Amino acid sequence: MSEVYEREPVTEASSDAAVSSQADITAEIEAIGKEYASVGVEETQPRLDYPPYRSSILRHPTKDPHQADPEEIELWAPVFGPQDVDPLEADLTIAERGEPIGERIVVQGRIVDGDGRPVRGQLVEIWQANAAGRYLHKRDQHPAPLDPNFTGVGRCLTGADGSYEFVTVKPGPYPWKNHYNAWRPAHIHFSLFGTDFTQRMVTQMYFPGDPLFPLDPIYQSITDQRARDRLVAGYDHELTRHEWSTGYRWDIVLTGSARTPMEEQ
Amino acid sequence: MTATPGQTIGPFFGFALPYERGHELVPPSHPQAVRLHGTVYDGAGAAVPDALLEIWQPDADGHVVQRPGSLHRDGYTFTGWGRAATDNAGHYSFTTLEPGPAEPGRARFIAMTVFARGLLNRLFTRIYLPGGALEADPLLATVDPGRRDTLVAVREDGGLRFDVRLQGEGETVFLSYPRQT
Repeated sequence: MSEVYEREPVTEASSDAAVSSQADITAEIEAIGKEYASVGVEETQPRLDYPPYRSSILRHPTKDPHQADPEEIELWAPVFGPQDVDPLEADLTIAERGEPIGERIVVQGRIVDGDGRPVRGQLVEIWQANAAGRYLHKRDQHPAPLDPNFTGVGRCLTGADGSYEFVTVKPGPYPWKNHYNAWRPAHIHFSLFGTDFTQRMVTQMYFPGDPLFPLDPIYQSITDQRARDRLVAGYDHELTRHEWSTGYRWDIVLTGSARTPMEEQ
Repeated sequence: MTATPGQTIGPFFGFALPYERGHELVPPSHPQAVRLHGTVYDGAGAAVPDALLEIWQPDADGHVVQRPGSLHRDGYTFTGWGRAATDNAGHYSFTTLEPGPAEPGRARFIAMTVFARGLLNRLFTRIYLPGGALEADPLLATVDPGRRDTLVAVREDGGLRFDVRLQGEGETVFLSYPRQT
């Protein structure tokens, strides 16, 4: 397919400009990947300054973070309980009128801290597009159908072993405006808390074998393949339920707790 | 064990993460209620309308609170935690209590986490309350004096204003903690 409009140099960091082609973005991703491989220092988190993701250009700090010794409040995290989360919120396929369209899946895993200790009774929040790749959000203009039986929002509290489980439908990939013909690999957003304030994180879970991985600047902002792999769930036939749903396992490791055992209650 | 990588919160968290009275750690009618508000800016000085901010703080006596109920505000339980999205003008607002010092004479601060579309991982910072105790604060003592003000709220109209600048002139000092890599 030929280009339908002339490309201009990227002078403005706008996610809606869509001035670059996928070939431009892929070339930028590959150049950064080569540079990363040549330096040989392992990175485990996304780069904040990752120009192929255009909206990061004006939204990343330019100064290194300042090292802080956590004070008392930063050694603790907010507490959530049964008044905060209804157990039914972990099943995104429950709707008043009927069932959502799509491939029903179970997503299960464990959340542990950097020392492998389970994160118990803590809040997990997820949100996602429906099976057609459409979010229930006013800013989502993708002309794919909304599903009246699917909000794509779920919550749960982890169990005593740090485990969580959601029942949902597999989200579809969807287009966005980072560049011309840009598509996000299918993903579920996860919001996570640990036992320390410093462990707070938000991330995205992907599905194995997605052909969009090499093209996606958000996934590729993690320059290390092993680190990227940590965001990809595994298909798990043990979680697949007879004549009901397929199953995926995704375990999550938070950063280390800075609280000493003395401070543990 | 190596931590799972973060990712951007993206543009579509608005239907999922904000919740009713998430920004009200106390009701506005509370006798000690104070407004903590500000604007999030990008590197071009433009407001960021799709950021999400969370605060975590001790109570008015400086004690860490370990009480559930942040997602289900009953109007009486102070949990120390709140969440606010920025509006179309990049502005956020919390109603909270001024935290007490962890120990007498220590500087008082509220911990903040910043998320936004375009921001590939969360950022941490501190919102210090203005006052004399700042001089003796061990963190502020190690921050470039020209950037210290970015960590201190401004007392204004009976409330506290704290702007977040993700990049460029007046860039907020963001923090990293031990054991985060």
